[in-house]
Amino acid sequence: MEKEQFVTIEGKRVPIEGEKNLLELIRKAHFNIVTFCYHPELAAYGACRLCLVEVEGMGIVASCTVPPKDGMKVRVNSDEIRKLRRINLELLLSSGNHDCTLCSKSNNCKLQKLAKDLDVTEIRFKSKKLDSHKDATSPALVRDHSKCILCGNCVRICNEVQGIGAIDFAFRGFRSKIATAFNKELGQSHECVSCGQCARVCPTGALMPNSSEIEEVFKAINNPAKKVAVHIAPAVRVGLGEIFGLPQGQNVDGKIAAALRMLGFDYVYDTAFAADLTIVEEATEFLERFKKGTNLPQFTSCCPAWVNYVEKFAPEFIPNLSTARSPMQMMGPVLKADFEERGGKREDLVVVAVMPCSAKKSEAKREEFYVNDNPDTDYVVTTVGLARMIKEAGIDFVNLENEWFDMPFGTKTGAGVIFGASGGVMEAALRYAVAELDPGNARSVKFTSLREPKVFKEKTVTIGDVKIRTAVVSGLKNARKLLEDIKSGKDHYDFIEVMSCQGGCVAGAGQPQFDGWAPRKVRAEGLYQEDTELAYKSQDNSGVTALYGRILDKIGGPVAHKLLHTHYESKKFRVGEERAD
Amino acid sequence: MTDKFTPVANILKQYEYDPSKLIPILQKVQDAYRYLPEDVMRYIADELEISPARVFGVATFFAHFAITPKGKHIIKVCNGTACHVKGSSFLINTVKDKLKLKEGQDTTEDMLFTLECVSCLGACGLAPVMVIDEVVHGQVTPAKAVELLDAVMKQEAQHA
Repeated sequence: MEKEQFVTIEGKRVPIEGEKNLLELIRKAHFNIVTFCYHPELAAYGACRLCLVEVEGMGIVASCTVPPKDGMKVRVNSDEIRKLRRINLELLLSSGNHDCTLCSKSNNCKLQKLAKDLDVTEIRFKSKKLDSHKDATSPALVRDHSKCILCGNCVRICNEVQGIGAIDFAFRGFRSKIATAFNKELGQSHECVSCGQCARVCPTGALMPNSSEIEEVFKAINNPAKKVAVHIAPAVRVGLGEIFGLPQGQNVDGKIAAALRMLGFDYVYDTAFAADLTIVEEATEFLERFKKGTNLPQFTSCCPAWVNYVEKFAPEFIPNLSTARSPMQMMGPVLKADFEERGGKREDLVVVAVMPCSAKKSEAKREEFYVNDNPDTDYVVTTVGLARMIKEAGIDFVNLENEWFDMPFGTKTGAGVIFGASGGVMEAALRYAVAELDPGNARSVKFTSLREPKVFKEKTVTIGDVKIRTAVVSGLKNARKLLEDIKSGKDHYDFIEVMSCQGGCVAGAGQPQFDGWAPRKVRAEGLYQEDTELAYKSQDNSGVTALYGRILDKIGGPVAHKLLHTHYESKKFRVGEERAD
Repeated sequence: MTDKFTPVANILKQYEYDPSKLIPILQKVQDAYRYLPEDVMRYIADELEISPARVFGVATFFAHFAITPKGKHIIKVCNGTACHVKGSSFLINTVKDKLKLKEGQDTTEDMLFTLECVSCLGACGLAPVMVIDEVVHGQVTPAKAVELLDAVMKQEAQHA
């Protein structure tokens, strides 16, 4: 047997168990060194200089970039290290606008936490004049360069995980900044797909989901001429609680329903209702394509950043995208049609969607989702945004009694609820398809492989002599690889679910910030738990069935098509397209 | 058929579309276009299959690259240590006055001249050094600088 290997950290022997770098080992020894540029999901970068340690014989090193070796002796808190850590922190603080009381990231900011932990009360270095320009041109995200510490997490996640590279370091020295191509505003970027994963890994308030709509929502609520409906996405119920100190992943839908009523919303609905509706339309569309063998594989279209990706980078796959709208964009027109049917005017109903996502904000603004200048979804608020509203209103969230969603758009099945986890949409669609193809054995298929915490999963469903080959992929770089394998003929599938965020919507940019896979898993488990308490498949949603009877008529019929389907167009940008190729 | 992208297309071909050759490619492209136009940088990114943000990042990192159009004649005044102590800042001011360049402006309105202040040209023995279109002039006094510029201007006037 191989001899065990140890590193001595502050006199304590710590075994090396496959850690990639010294920092991981130091954290395992319960020295929780706060860092900015080290992120477990990204390549080590060594820029922030806060993980500096002293290694005997090596001197001072950035522990995130040094592999652990047997016999190393490490000081984490020597006088020199303490001094350097403080200087580096002060330099970071002096380089920008870090006025915590006026920052939405306050309480959730790594820079602030470190300044507090080190009790920094003065900054000895003079601040230079700051670039105080705030870029709010994207409906999805807001950038504030004056709060940026150039850790590069956003650049790396956009490149390494999403494979897009919409932003990168530009300029040099004091003028260094994170910029889009040619320093355009984010709203003008030809590359950004609004997924917001950059904001998820930003340690400060430099990149955040756009929260400008919250004010409009409060105004609508307080406007006696308007009725305001709100609906919450599946992932929101397993994300919100942790902001109020409840266990991560705990399903707090009952408290959310109560809080939304206290905020003054007139109708409190569940997006999972519309998710069932999406499945009915999308799975029906799939079964038709599958029978005819056309436009396969069919791709899911409920993730707006994925739709943006296809339009901007892979328009050749547009015919493969399901034309079914996302649950959010089905809920809006259905609520407005229902409101009109009951004698109201479309513009007098304001529809607010609470989403775990930044891209949903840009989806709501797509021009095809407007009828006579009135949007299908008026405002999109993130999970974190809803928490802000609850806090501003002084609602004691933790101690609220559970309440129910309003009917009929609060009914849902488990299939609608699991939409929030990667693999959930495919499972829901297959539950529907299996029941249509083989009604006697609707529950015969197990979907264990689709629930694993992996970025690529497969499931082949066999019904008689029919084989449906499906795949589930999350993270856009992984999706891109899959597209390449499909194009080259290496892979064959009939139906593919794509989510831009690794792990699905539970890991969206609108959720409370987190690192690593454990939070994704815990949140997904919260959804699969609710699934066990509800009806199994979307066909069983009585509210959906009633809606077809009352308004939508036939599945996939003309009314359903008008309200529940959409179209896409290539937004690929290439210069010199007029050039002779 | 030639269009705006023909020169860059040829340069990319010469470097076999190798993304690791981005810097020499940009140098050649700048030679051909006198600066790095946005659409040309985007073209490079497309062809090398790297993000345009990365190309922009490289182009803005090195002082050698210009992302705004440069003038027909490039005047470099060295402001390295040796040239600086030999009075190159007077030289820079003289050139600025002569070319009527405002604060923050480095290219003349008529696009004839661009002034670049560079850090060291490696010709410290000749300090202060001024380079006009690749021709090195040593021990330049403000009066000599004016004389050299007048010569170029006269030449331009004759061409016009």
